[in-house]
Amino acid sequence: MQVPYVVDERPDTGLINSKLAIWIFLASEVMLFGGLFSAYVFLRMAAPEGDFAYWGSKLSIPMATINTLVLITSSVTVVLSWASLKLKDFEKYKLYMGLTLLCASIFLVIKYFEYTGKFHHEIYPSSSTFMGIYFTLTGLHGLHIIGGMIVMGYMWLPMGSKLWDTDPDHFTNRVETAGLYWHFVDLVWIFLFPILYLL
Amino acid sequence: MSGNNQADIQEHIKVYLTIFGALAVLTILTVMASYLDVSSSEAIFLALTIATIKASLVAGYFMHLITEKQTIVWILILTFFFFLVLMLLPLITATDQTGV
Repeated sequence: MQVPYVVDERPDTGLINSKLAIWIFLASEVMLFGGLFSAYVFLRMAAPEGDFAYWGSKLSIPMATINTLVLITSSVTVVLSWASLKLKDFEKYKLYMGLTLLCASIFLVIKYFEYTGKFHHEIYPSSSTFMGIYFTLTGLHGLHIIGGMIVMGYMWLPMGSKLWDTDPDHFTNRVETAGLYWHFVDLVWIFLFPILYLL
Repeated sequence: MSGNNQADIQEHIKVYLTIFGALAVLTILTVMASYLDVSSSEAIFLALTIATIKASLVAGYFMHLITEKQTIVWILILTFFFFLVLMLLPLITATDQTGV
């Protein structure tokens, strides 16, 4: 059975259903991360003077800066993959989506080294309030990266991208929807980076 | 974004690459700003201002919000209101008299 309005816009909303759905989902995601950001503010306000700065100084700014640049790059490559489909250039789509997946993998590898570096120095979520909220926020964000990789990986592999041959508009819209999610994951990191690593 | 013909998409690609450059520069600026000798509240203000500019660029151009339908804009305005409530919630503790 065909899901309605995935190619044509619904007359009442003026949108395709998947786009409206992903934006409502992203709105709920704003509240999910918003709750944790709120917890961060609350914990920071209640923490002894300089406590957050002390524990924050144990994090690696160079690693997080590289990761920020990697995620920004992935954000541009995912939008370029969608633009390639709009230009009917499937090969370029494969290239840009592949680069997006590569960037996501690099991000996770760097995160892995950050985490294991902390564990090596016997720093765990239980070590301090800051580390508790650091691991919670970055862990949840990391799970979002993995989730995005699964969906985009499916669209990159033949089993997902074969839809291009039968219904190119539908496939292009799928990529746009996944891209919107991916930009949101980048957007969350844009705020996580300064509040955890720099302040 | 409005207009999805081939020439429009080519134009969009140029915009995406410009935004990418701006985001990279702003990232470096954020890091440099964190080394400035300013008070804690000034540092927070500076970092969050740059982060908000970066987020606006991503949402506006990569997510096409500047040309997106009103339905989505209204959903986001509603979300932003509740997000703001969440952010202001910890301030209640500033006047909390529990345990005094």
